[in-house]
Amino acid sequence: MDLAGYILLIIGAVCSLIGAVGLIRLPDVYNRLHASTVAVVGGAVVVIGGAGLLNGADTFLLKSAIIAFFIFFTTPTGSHAIARAAYIRGPGLSSETVRDDIADRDIRNLPECGIDDNLKEVEDLLEE
Amino acid sequence: MILLIVLTVILVAGLICLVRAVRGPSTPDRVVALDTLSSLMIAALVVLGVHYQAEIFLDVALIYALLAFIGTLAVSKYLEGKDVGM
Repeated sequence: MDLAGYILLIIGAVCSLIGAVGLIRLPDVYNRLHASTVAVVGGAVVVIGGAGLLNGADTFLLKSAIIAFFIFFTTPTGSHAIARAAYIRGPGLSSETVRDDIADRDIRNLPECGIDDNLKEVEDLLEE
Repeated sequence: MILLIVLTVILVAGLICLVRAVRGPSTPDRVVALDTLSSLMIAALVVLGVHYQAEIFLDVALIYALLAFIGTLAVSKYLEGKDVGM
């Protein structure tokens, strides 16, 4: 149990360092989101799991498992929201981008997206 | 010993995220950097809780995770120019 905890801690530390370096080095917001996900899921979640395994107490393991699951499920939601906001209001894509699949969708000028609008979009896509 | 080394590495990674949050040319860059920073600080809190054998650190980390998530969502909805809905 202790050995597994230490291994997870070291993997998590290395991953969080890699993610932070990527956050500095990568060119635009979307690439930085990718590096941020490495730092959070590969770094923070794994470190929390390893720390929970290291301690003997049951409540410690339970609480750290709850925190790890919470981060694991909320980070994609937050990243998606940030990416959408960056695409709508942000600085645009890096000059090295080769492909932008939603460039012709014009999501910047969409009205308030209700369920009906989304259904209409899906139907339009299906007809195409 | 390994716990303290891991804690130091996580704090160094957080410092690098802070550099991006200060320098980042646009607002979404800063939001991404602060989101990563808060997750790393949660991990640091849990490691500290194991080191001191104190469960109170885990409760603080759980509440901090909740607040960081809500803050990220609110800021990104604000950037989209929408009502946050409060």
